[in-house]
Amino acid sequence: MITETKVVPANDTAEPMLQHRHLLGLSTYSREEIELILETARQFREVLYRPIRQVPTLRGVTIVNLFFEPSTRTRISFELAEKRLSASPINFSSSGSSVSKGETLKDTAQNVEAMQIDMVVIRHPSPGAPHFLTQCVDAVVINAGDGAHEHPTQGLLDLLTISDRFESFQGLNISIIGDIKHSRVARSNIHGLTKLGANVTLCGPKTLLPVELDKFLPDSTIRITSSLNEALEGSDVAMALRIQMERQGKNLVPSLREYHEQFGIKVQHLEQHKDLVIMHPGPVNRGVELASDVVDHERAVILNQVTNGVAVRMAVLFLLSGAAKGEG
Amino acid sequence: MDENDVVKAQLMDDRDLSRTLNRMARQIVETLSHEEGLDPMIGLIGMQRRGVFIAQRLQSHIEEAEGMRVPLGVLDATMYRDDFRLRLKQPYIRETKIDFDISDRHLVLVDDVLYTGRTARAALDALMDMGRPASIHFLVIIDRGLRELPIRADFVGRRIPTFPGEEVRVCLLEIDDSEGVWLVEHQSEDANLNPSTD
Repeated sequence: MITETKVVPANDTAEPMLQHRHLLGLSTYSREEIELILETARQFREVLYRPIRQVPTLRGVTIVNLFFEPSTRTRISFELAEKRLSASPINFSSSGSSVSKGETLKDTAQNVEAMQIDMVVIRHPSPGAPHFLTQCVDAVVINAGDGAHEHPTQGLLDLLTISDRFESFQGLNISIIGDIKHSRVARSNIHGLTKLGANVTLCGPKTLLPVELDKFLPDSTIRITSSLNEALEGSDVAMALRIQMERQGKNLVPSLREYHEQFGIKVQHLEQHKDLVIMHPGPVNRGVELASDVVDHERAVILNQVTNGVAVRMAVLFLLSGAAKGEG
Repeated sequence: MDENDVVKAQLMDDRDLSRTLNRMARQIVETLSHEEGLDPMIGLIGMQRRGVFIAQRLQSHIEEAEGMRVPLGVLDATMYRDDFRLRLKQPYIRETKIDFDISDRHLVLVDDVLYTGRTARAALDALMDMGRPASIHFLVIIDRGLRELPIRADFVGRRIPTFPGEEVRVCLLEIDDSEGVWLVEHQSEDANLNPSTD
């Protein structure tokens, strides 16, 4: 046996780690953290194709899904991610709960806390509600959409879907089309995409474009236009946002038909731009944001986004679960 | 490398390692052969991270000797571990990729160091969820003792009794600067709080 004192490299040093205890938005997450979540999500996605689509990773972890706003997809996606990880989810929606009896968010949260919950997934109509929650509970908080602020897991699943089609974000041109002003999806995507090096173009009617963008992202090179053709020129990905029917009373768009004429993506656009990939966070209003043939087109990756949503949420739950209960 | 670590001994140099792998490749062939030769229904599963490279080397040794390229899969058992939430360090999940059906196959699970047995337990659970192997054999370069679970290895490069504060480091040129096996002592205070993942 040879004995010599020389430096042996420590096994697996310097692996990337999340620096945050909660996921409130992508604005505070670094490029490295976002990349770690995407890489972890790719490994969890593989689980979804195994004979047994469940791993015991979060066994014994209790997660409450607090939904103060109607949501089907995001709630089901989170619940599925939790079940695939063997966590114990509890669902709580504002209708039919004590919230409709006038209980405040703080009281609801503290009640939840008293029940020994490890993680909270929250969807709320008020921007900042998840942040408020971190101040009144010990549990790890994950934002599932707060008002027009952020929807970080949607942003992450969009990034994962884009990374499946393109080798790098560097220099990639992404157009986000629709109601940018009220869209938390757009905000999370803008943060994520610009951090990873993509160029972002925002396109929509002037009434639905943000006015304060230069204050929101002072150093960015985000392009803004009200011409769909201008936005699609040179774009690798067109991300259409849902026109929120519930906001139509405000006369921000003349009519859905006119919106489709000006901002709806049609088959002719796909013929014009041979490599353009179409994304949509769902649910799609067929014939409004996207023509029906575009939704079913082979370059529309809307269903890949849904699958990636489960994988990304598994990754986020897994990476943040280590910080749950007295370990953070 | 942690600056507080002290190298106590070199357990194997590159030639020792090469001879050991050669011997273990022959042991695999011997154990999994019948009258017609090496069972075609075998498969190697390399455990992330260094087990993958060890399995690749075993695959070439077996191919040289028997003229048969044994299928090779890669497994990360982190999702099946029972202790990741107790650790100070956030776990990092690497790729799992097994392109062949493991059902009815004789598998050889390959890792660098056998310590508590918890990683092996997690790996067995992961494999069971992916199919129903005919059998699983376990191969490690170093068995350092101190088991916490009733797990044993079928093919062992070398048995080295160790203490909990120590760590066995297998270094391979595929990912490390050097080649060989070292016994290292942790000097840092959290040594016992953050046990080796071996």
